[in-house]
Amino acid sequence: MVQAADSVAVRFRPVAAGTAVFSELCTSAFRWMLLARLLDEKFASLYRAGKIHGGVFLGRGQEALSVATALALRPGDVFAPLIRDAAGRLAFGDTALDAARTYLGSALGPMRGRDGNVHRGKPREGLLPMISHLGAMISVVNGILLARRLKGIQGTVGAASIGEGATSTGAFHEALNQAAIEKLPLVLVVANNHYAYSTPTSRQFACDSLVDKAAGYGVAGHRVDGTDLEACLKTLQHAADQARAGRGPQLVVAKLLRLCGHGEHDDAGYIDPKLKTSPVGRDCLKVAEEFLLQQRWADAATIAAWRKEKTHEVEEAVTAAQREPTPDPYEEDWTALSSGQLREGNE
Amino acid sequence: MSLTYLEAIREAQARALRDDPRVIIYGQDVGAFGGAFKATKNLAGEFPGRVMDAPISEDAIVGAAIGAAIEGMRPIVEMQFADFSTVGFNQIVNQAATLFWRTQVPCPITVRLPFGGTSGSGPFHSQSLETIYAHYPGLVVMTPATVEDAYSMLLEAVAIDDPVIFCEHKYLYYHLKADKLPTEAVPTGKARIARAGRDLTIVAYSAMVHEALAVAEELKTEGHEIEVVDLRSVKPLDTDTVMASVARTGRLLCVGESWPWGGVTAEVVARVATEGFALLDAPPMRLNAKDTPVPYHPNLWAAHRPTARSIAAAARKLLRQ
Repeated sequence: MVQAADSVAVRFRPVAAGTAVFSELCTSAFRWMLLARLLDEKFASLYRAGKIHGGVFLGRGQEALSVATALALRPGDVFAPLIRDAAGRLAFGDTALDAARTYLGSALGPMRGRDGNVHRGKPREGLLPMISHLGAMISVVNGILLARRLKGIQGTVGAASIGEGATSTGAFHEALNQAAIEKLPLVLVVANNHYAYSTPTSRQFACDSLVDKAAGYGVAGHRVDGTDLEACLKTLQHAADQARAGRGPQLVVAKLLRLCGHGEHDDAGYIDPKLKTSPVGRDCLKVAEEFLLQQRWADAATIAAWRKEKTHEVEEAVTAAQREPTPDPYEEDWTALSSGQLREGNE
Repeated sequence: MSLTYLEAIREAQARALRDDPRVIIYGQDVGAFGGAFKATKNLAGEFPGRVMDAPISEDAIVGAAIGAAIEGMRPIVEMQFADFSTVGFNQIVNQAATLFWRTQVPCPITVRLPFGGTSGSGPFHSQSLETIYAHYPGLVVMTPATVEDAYSMLLEAVAIDDPVIFCEHKYLYYHLKADKLPTEAVPTGKARIARAGRDLTIVAYSAMVHEALAVAEELKTEGHEIEVVDLRSVKPLDTDTVMASVARTGRLLCVGESWPWGGVTAEVVARVATEGFALLDAPPMRLNAKDTPVPYHPNLWAAHRPTARSIAAAARKLLRQ
């Protein structure tokens, strides 16, 4: 029963609070969150042990929003995750193995050692590989949605994740405005986690709430408590439904707190302790666990069993990736072009 | 029938739209208005829904083209002026240029850059940006100098699986005419001997090819035979053709309209000096625009970029050595 709840088929089912189907969605979401948290923790510990080259970027505290975004999507939809979307990536179809391969630089991973950590994706499968320049993925999602429309494909939704920091970029403005003009089925999910690296929201924007921006672009706006899985699932499902029904772009703004540094190199000493003890500082995974227990959709023993199962899954993925070959510079073709006849020499 | 460089670009886009349903055009004012230079005149009417006006958002224009390319389309983006492509620079060099290398999914977009100086256009409507794009791995940079190349290379740009920066010179738009469209073309990546000679090689591209040809004609009356190499694309750069020409003449002058620091002319000189030093009978020379923004007034503008006069002076100096 639990296995079935994890399948992508659950995404096809309508969500209605209080029904058995919603309980399945919630438990499925919780299990993805759990896997993401455990995978993140494993990467953090590998980082501390010096086993990972480059940075490690966690989604701690943002799993509920992230998984809700992915679970609002259907096969064939498009998802442009950002650095804190470990849960959403997994729920969308990324695997713990590919995550481990990318962090550990396996030659068999989707990026083959050419890019690492959270910079992975499979564009042809609708999972876009983020570049580091914030806001830059939104218009790429727009382009896919425009192309689908031109090809006569209906019913596609594209979701892009950003943080509140990215709302300050020109790319965000250009892309949201573009999506609004074209009335594209874009769900733009803003995780206001209160710090862009170390910069607090007071140095990032001056409006009351980021959701106020929606009216300025002529798009629908939704606000949600990003620590509350139930609220995230309902809000994101509603936003995706609206987009799918042809009601144009949906701007979803979630309030939450990043429960880690920007990367694992960062101790996040700048985070206001008052925020940590306020409602936005709640750990969404704990909130979700309590909710499942309270609804009696899972008991403590079941959750412990899930934790064990996901821990095992993480260990298996990491062990497998560690056994795989790393990229060989002598085998590398050292060209960025796909057109062989246009390659210049690389002596 | 005669058609201009600009009309050839329009015809190439019409043919691309006709031949391939994956082709779309996206840019500011390209729809019913037909583009700031009329390079897309009537195309929106002839190909409904496929020639789309964009908001003034170069970043999002290129980003959307990349998304469409991922989805299997062959987008042509028109930048109103090459100068404004810097607003979309991030998407071009970080997203489009790296996509294939990162994911093995090609990014077949063509970004048309109306570039180069015309008198009276000033610092923000005159820039030549081939150098900065050529610097980035993953991009092809075309600089057609003839009506025939404008047509056939633009079709090639659309067909190529990689992102292509198509630098079309605004000065050539109306000044250059041909009798008919070509039926065959030199492959991209191959330079062309625009004029054969034996005393000096002038390597040029785009509008500077015509200045170089004028110089060759002028110096002929002084008894010199100048060979003019038209690079056609600056990336890939056809080092072989350049080297073979220098082997014949022993002297190299490379001319470009962009700024002097680094760039295409520096690259050509560096390649010849490092790979063909023994072929040279005199130190290689290069000529570029001056190291200032492009001035507005015709008196200043004419002295800012290389002209037949300044190229001839450089050539004479080199021939005396």
